[in-house]
Amino acid sequence: MTPSQTIAAPPPDKIKVKVDGREVEVPRTVPDPITGKPIPTTMIQACAAANVDVPHYCYHPKLPVAGNCRMCLVEFGTPALGPDRRLVMNPDGTPKMAKSPRPAIACATPISPGMEIYTSTPAVKQMREGVLEFLLINHPLDCPICDEAGECKLQEYSVEYGKAESRFIEPKVHKPKAVDLGPRIVLDDERCILCTRCIRFTRDIAGDDALGIVNRGSYSTLTAYPGRQFDNNYTLNTVDICPVGALTSKDFRFQMRVWFLKETRSICTSCATGCNITVGSREGRIYRYEPRENDAVNACWMCDYGRLNYKWIHREDRLTQVQSPKSRVQGRPATWAGALAEISELLARAPQGSVAIIASARQTNEELYLLKKLADKLGAATDSIPRSGEGDRLLLNADRNPNAQGARLTGICSADMGGRIAEMARAIEKGAVRTLVVFGEDVVKHGLGAGLLGKLETLIVSDILPNETTKLAHYLLPGCAHVEKRGTFTNAKGRVQKFMKAIEPRGDARPEWEFLHELVSRVTGQQGDANLEGLFNRMAKEVPAFNGLAWAGLGNTGVTVSL
Amino acid sequence: MIVKRKKLNLWERLYLPAMIGGFKVTLRHFFKKKVTLQYPEEKWVVPEGYRGAPYLVRDQDGNTKCVSCQLCEFVCPPKAIRIMPPGPAGPVADRPNAEKIPLEFEINMLRCIFCGFCQEVCPEEAIFLMSDYSLTGRSRQEMIYDKEKLLALGGEHAGIQKWKKKAEEAGAQESFPVKI
Repeated sequence: MTPSQTIAAPPPDKIKVKVDGREVEVPRTVPDPITGKPIPTTMIQACAAANVDVPHYCYHPKLPVAGNCRMCLVEFGTPALGPDRRLVMNPDGTPKMAKSPRPAIACATPISPGMEIYTSTPAVKQMREGVLEFLLINHPLDCPICDEAGECKLQEYSVEYGKAESRFIEPKVHKPKAVDLGPRIVLDDERCILCTRCIRFTRDIAGDDALGIVNRGSYSTLTAYPGRQFDNNYTLNTVDICPVGALTSKDFRFQMRVWFLKETRSICTSCATGCNITVGSREGRIYRYEPRENDAVNACWMCDYGRLNYKWIHREDRLTQVQSPKSRVQGRPATWAGALAEISELLARAPQGSVAIIASARQTNEELYLLKKLADKLGAATDSIPRSGEGDRLLLNADRNPNAQGARLTGICSADMGGRIAEMARAIEKGAVRTLVVFGEDVVKHGLGAGLLGKLETLIVSDILPNETTKLAHYLLPGCAHVEKRGTFTNAKGRVQKFMKAIEPRGDARPEWEFLHELVSRVTGQQGDANLEGLFNRMAKEVPAFNGLAWAGLGNTGVTVSL
Repeated sequence: MIVKRKKLNLWERLYLPAMIGGFKVTLRHFFKKKVTLQYPEEKWVVPEGYRGAPYLVRDQDGNTKCVSCQLCEFVCPPKAIRIMPPGPAGPVADRPNAEKIPLEFEINMLRCIFCGFCQEVCPEEAIFLMSDYSLTGRSRQEMIYDKEKLLALGGEHAGIQKWKKKAEEAGAQESFPVKI
């Protein structure tokens, strides 16, 4: 994903340039976003380093430069050279500037030593206004029905550089609307400003040259290759990078206006890559996942498979009630306090080795750590269930568990995940294991059949959705989806990343780490940490692989630990 | 501070002249035009531009004007407006080119403060504060007006039909250079 890391870093050669009178030092070259080879630093990057915002549509830091929207036009000057090829000096000792007679596009013009970039001159403002007026000539101005409204660059720059009224009196060119590009994308060609970001993304990043522009002049139209569907696993990223509302997601189409969405930093749980995401939610409902930039993991992208894998959170049959053997007889839900007291008493009385624990690699590091602690106290065998699918060269990992490394590092399972299940089955068969604790896995499907589970004295299950195992459980503890709690995952490369809570849990469901903390405290008799920060910091002390980490030190993009 | 009470003069101490003066005012009003309204038998004529209850309107072709942009929901200070957008599989807009129409549109008239922000912010001229000022209901639920009720109460509001105009303009255009 970040080839720049594999290829040798560019020489630490720095150039000093001035942006609007402020001097900044920027590297002479930067890695090419695709190949990683050093390429000259451009003016727009120097402006970004100086915290000066240059409006742009077609430029994207992670894509090759196209330079076609002309929105980033700026004026600049270079130090003047005399006939002797030496710098001409002003009377006050500063180098005399030779201002370029013509403007240049900041996204594609390399910087040179001593260059001065002017982004706030009246001429630059006029150029931006002119470019914007041209872009709006054939734009349908249908913001009220456009899904991009609220996060649209055309809207934003129109506020800054647009005119209140159009000078264009001729009829607009009407292009195709609501074009079905593929299984997940709808295209509105009228809104397209032909920046070609989507074309470059799908060609250079996704490696699927599916999109292109046909026709000429004001009839130029974005389209998929004739007879082909735009259906690779990364199509929805084009919706994110589309600066206007031309490419829209079928899943999010007409669902909610973006300004209502609460944005929560989270992690995608669909595979071991652990893409950083932003969860958009409103009033307890998840509306969308969007990738969040993290150059160490997913850059700006995520796959469609992970992005659309959130609907199960709102399934009607979510587990929302605590159940215990007593409550089943009485026909009403048990209370957390009652169920936890019974379970902890039961576990405390259990002879060493008579308990087995199956955790899920979809649980957080903290939860796995607590389960391991419980297992150590009870002399219990632990394992987890592997989950795999087809991976790709980009982001999708073949390991579909979001926290497989966490399960290994906390000692829940060995490198061979699921290797001890058969052994556990034999122990249950023999009667050596009489209590089984299952978290978030349908073990009936994974080698511990219903007949085998029937031999147990006690089956304690925590899950989010009902399955064959939850039906057999004596104690059923409803858990939370990751968007309903906080925690950390360790991705395939060992990056420990935290995620925050977006919505409230359903019904009586509680975050697993919360009730596991209570359970562990009661069984071991040690008072643990009742807050997640403390729990994480304690885990970082006790689990060797996480030594030196702290919740506060994880930041928004995580920290890599050695595996 | 102590204010000295002013001593009344003879005329003031007589008391009757002041009484007669008062009666005169009363008597004058007996013969003037009466201003009291016998509400609710008699109803007040609502002046033009009065800001009463907000209702949804239809255009001159009888189509729903609202496109579910949710700006009124956003701007509403007491959060009286709730809109359910149609989603990808929702109802198709009445007007072929408008694409979007609310699945449900509710105004809680108990919450509404008749401020008129919704009318001001509406890009489609689909919601107007009308002349109704006395809204009653027998339950809280009854005071939440749904889309059907709001459209029925709002009636028709003619005006520029921009979506229709766009559709006509697109139809009049020579066939697009290359069929995609």
